[in-house]
Amino acid sequence: MSEITINIDGKQIQTQEGEYILNAARANDIFIPAICYLTRCSPTLACRICLVEADGKQVYACNAKAKDGMNITTTTDAIKQERRAIMEVYDVNHPLQCGVCDQSGECELQNYTLEMGVDAQSYAVKDVARPSKDWGHIHYDAGLCIVCERCVTVCKDMIGDNSLKTVARGGDALDAEYKESMPKDAYSMWNKLNKSIIGLTNGTDVLDCTSCGECASVCPVGALVDTQFMYKSNSWELTKIPATCGHCSAGCQISYEKKHTDIANPEDKIYRVSNEWNFVSLCGAGRYGFDYENANATKEKDSLTKAVEAFKKADTIKFTSTITNEEALILEKLREKFGYKLVNNEALAFQTFLKNYSEVSGTTLYSGNLKEVAESNFIISVGTAIKSDNPNARYALNNSLTVNKGAALYFHPLSDPIIDGLGKSIVSIKHKPLQEEAVLYLILDLFADKEKLPSEVVAYLASYHATKTITVEETIKETIVEVVKSMKLSEETGVEEEVEEEVSKVVPKKISKEVEVDDNKLFELVGAGKDFSDTLEKLLAKKDSFSLVVGADLYAHPHAKNLARLVALIEKYSAFKLVMIPSLTNTLGVALINELSNEFGKYTIGYNTKGDFTLSALGDGDFHMPSMNQQEGTLTSINKRVNPTNAALSYGGYTLNDIANALGLKAENTISYTPCLPTSKGFKPEKFDDLPNHYTNAGQEVRGYELENVAVPHAKDESVEKIETLLSLGESLIYLVNPVRQFNEFTNKATNLDEVSGVYMSEEYLGKSDFNEGERVRIKSDKGEIVATIVSDNKIAGSIICLPTFDSKLNSEALFSGYRFNTASIERV
Amino acid sequence: MHNEQFNNRNVSDNGYYLVDIEDYPTDNWGRFKRVIKRTFRGELFVGLWVVLREMIKFDIHTVQYPQEKMPIGPRYRAVHEMKRLWESGTERCIGCGLCEKICISNCIRMDTKIDENSRKEVTEYSINLGRCIFCGYCAEVCPELAIVHGGRYENASDQREHFVLFEDMLTPIDALKAGKQLEFEGFGAITPHEDERVKKTPLSY
Repeated sequence: MSEITINIDGKQIQTQEGEYILNAARANDIFIPAICYLTRCSPTLACRICLVEADGKQVYACNAKAKDGMNITTTTDAIKQERRAIMEVYDVNHPLQCGVCDQSGECELQNYTLEMGVDAQSYAVKDVARPSKDWGHIHYDAGLCIVCERCVTVCKDMIGDNSLKTVARGGDALDAEYKESMPKDAYSMWNKLNKSIIGLTNGTDVLDCTSCGECASVCPVGALVDTQFMYKSNSWELTKIPATCGHCSAGCQISYEKKHTDIANPEDKIYRVSNEWNFVSLCGAGRYGFDYENANATKEKDSLTKAVEAFKKADTIKFTSTITNEEALILEKLREKFGYKLVNNEALAFQTFLKNYSEVSGTTLYSGNLKEVAESNFIISVGTAIKSDNPNARYALNNSLTVNKGAALYFHPLSDPIIDGLGKSIVSIKHKPLQEEAVLYLILDLFADKEKLPSEVVAYLASYHATKTITVEETIKETIVEVVKSMKLSEETGVEEEVEEEVSKVVPKKISKEVEVDDNKLFELVGAGKDFSDTLEKLLAKKDSFSLVVGADLYAHPHAKNLARLVALIEKYSAFKLVMIPSLTNTLGVALINELSNEFGKYTIGYNTKGDFTLSALGDGDFHMPSMNQQEGTLTSINKRVNPTNAALSYGGYTLNDIANALGLKAENTISYTPCLPTSKGFKPEKFDDLPNHYTNAGQEVRGYELENVAVPHAKDESVEKIETLLSLGESLIYLVNPVRQFNEFTNKATNLDEVSGVYMSEEYLGKSDFNEGERVRIKSDKGEIVATIVSDNKIAGSIICLPTFDSKLNSEALFSGYRFNTASIERV
Repeated sequence: MHNEQFNNRNVSDNGYYLVDIEDYPTDNWGRFKRVIKRTFRGELFVGLWVVLREMIKFDIHTVQYPQEKMPIGPRYRAVHEMKRLWESGTERCIGCGLCEKICISNCIRMDTKIDENSRKEVTEYSINLGRCIFCGYCAEVCPELAIVHGGRYENASDQREHFVLFEDMLTPIDALKAGKQLEFEGFGAITPHEDERVKKTPLSY
């Protein structure tokens, strides 16, 4: 990619070779109208309104690539006519119900109709009945739909659910005379539009997807609307609060949209969450899980005194990673001052993993981010149920597959129909639990630069190779000559006689051949099929940028230390960029800021988790805390970025800072700690109020700041241990994972997220076993037992049983010893 | 915008003239004379005579408010009314929220929701008459001629904030059936010759 100069409307602009004209113009604040195009997705070419003239030729700005020295005119008379005709066509039969439409005020049809100055209609076609449909969490009003296909595009290219498609509309064809009388592009766009409408791919009338709501978000008109928001409020009444989603480690930029609750109650309420859908895609939890605030907190004097007393008595603070960096720092300062033990097992596992990784890599943090994953074209995911652990990582993966013609390997024991549904270029390999080590060795074997790799590792990898002779059946083409007898009319005699002719034919012939091939025992170890090397060869064709995504299965693995070192070796000696998925919202921040311990003392304070004295933002503890949408602060995301979040709703109670002040620390607000975050770990001494939180027109993320990847002194020791082959688990497996859209107690509290707590079994498993949905079962492992209700889940497959963590009442962690898999017995209660 | 029109301060040019008024007295003697002159001019008796004359004639123009009320103009802007559709009798208000948006004293609030027929329904609607300045913007912006001004101008209340609710403003259904609903002719009403100015949309039916 090289820098080139193009000229748009007389303005010289710099852009990258191969960039679409539309994106180049947008990045330089030049306006080209466009409806169907979504940044980061492939061009749809449905609206044709982005027509421009490039070097005297009319092209579509959304799919024409910029070339050096190109001269582009955004408006000519012919283009103006086309655009006006296109907008008139969009207005044909569009109901005049802006007064009740939810999109009114932020409707692109309204905007462009005004922009193009459409004040009269010249076209008409008989409308067909287009009834509105309730698709579950999304409401589709086909009458309002302009079939720009943005919903279809985003679902395919970003999300990967492929839940929407265009279906036939039926009804009259366009009047033939329009073909002559109308501007050409407007006619062909109308011709296509008039034949289609949006439908579901699953053949039913209810959406069965991962419920992200991105389709409704990108809809330019009011055709797709979140059912929960329908007719609740006009968009212009809502105040947008820029924030960072606090549910998972992706740290997506969101805007809480709030206004007063109702005519009698002036207290603010969040009505919906919106996003900059051109640059960030949300999951269902981010979009619909917004009403988890701690509403009833008040400043009762004696509650603070009690809390301070409890802190004085306590020697341990147990907390979850759903806290801001500032709160983590307050806890750390309290630890320094009073010597508390800070207990957070999941963050400790990640911290240890990072530390072990640094010993080999020499840096505190991994090198990649999700944007680079989306831009690379070969991705390997290891040790994470990616669709639930970090939906944005899955979007990045899918985006690479669809837009970059990428390919991916997904190593995980749990079969996942959603991942398999992403396309043919992703191959899921179901290895046995605890075999992640073998997977990492395989990656080293396949991709690492053997000349630079430590020689012991090379030798160890070579020990898995052998040559074996196999018999291959091959089809070759052979030319054979046959003598064919046929009757022919003799020219001389005029009588039919038998003639012999020689005909040569090419026929396929099967032969078996003996060939010597490389036998890689690691394939077998990770559960890859026999033809894996062929598959891999196909996947790797024309691939030049590589990403590795690793997840929480590795951090709590019994051999986590070795895994961390292997991961570092892969990053160091191969072309792979590495991304680690922090297990919870701010696990990375906590891992960097806090000194954690895994020992409990006599008296524990629990923060958002049960303790002898419980601080809770859920409203169920001994002391109220503000929840994530009620407080300011920063969160550290998977992209190694420190993102600011603002308070959308008011909070009446005390905060952690009040307790800290009462205990002798001194800070006016929680955010006074923002500049004090440890610079030795890569944080910057910047004030909270100076942190931006937006995207530029070019899609550049101007949010907070990026952590500096600080170099750490490391020993030259790069030794890794061998694969521990003895590790294995039994047959009946359980796995600690949440359903999509659920992460923690806060998403569980949100009213629009209706996933039920229980033990998740795949439909396949339920069909084979004699369990039924809704039954109570007892699950018993070597660590403990729980009783739960069976939930049937079609988003998982295979026989592994999934136990969620979003409902603390279920207490599914009790069955595990840290590692996310375990064996268990199940019986009916 | 040009400022010339404001720069000409010579009022006589516009047909104005200065009233011929005697100069005010400057000394005490002059002031004393003015007091005597005003006191004994008999204007008091002129007034008393008018009262006596009208009393005898029994031709009284006094409006006996509040028993009697003067008729007010059709465009008068007093407390709001909500109209119903003539044919079906349902409320005209569709809950578009434009009145809420345009209100410059921010006194209108409404809540909406989706009803059982999948239509937008206005569940609560209130106007804070303590804040309302009766500017008429809400009536003007209303696309359905639903919210209009009425003639009820008595706003006395024992507290500053008093509200009208949707039900109070809505034309009673029996009044509608009796044909007693009046269209508002002021802000927002359809202007004469509207039909001639409308551009027709082609339809292929």
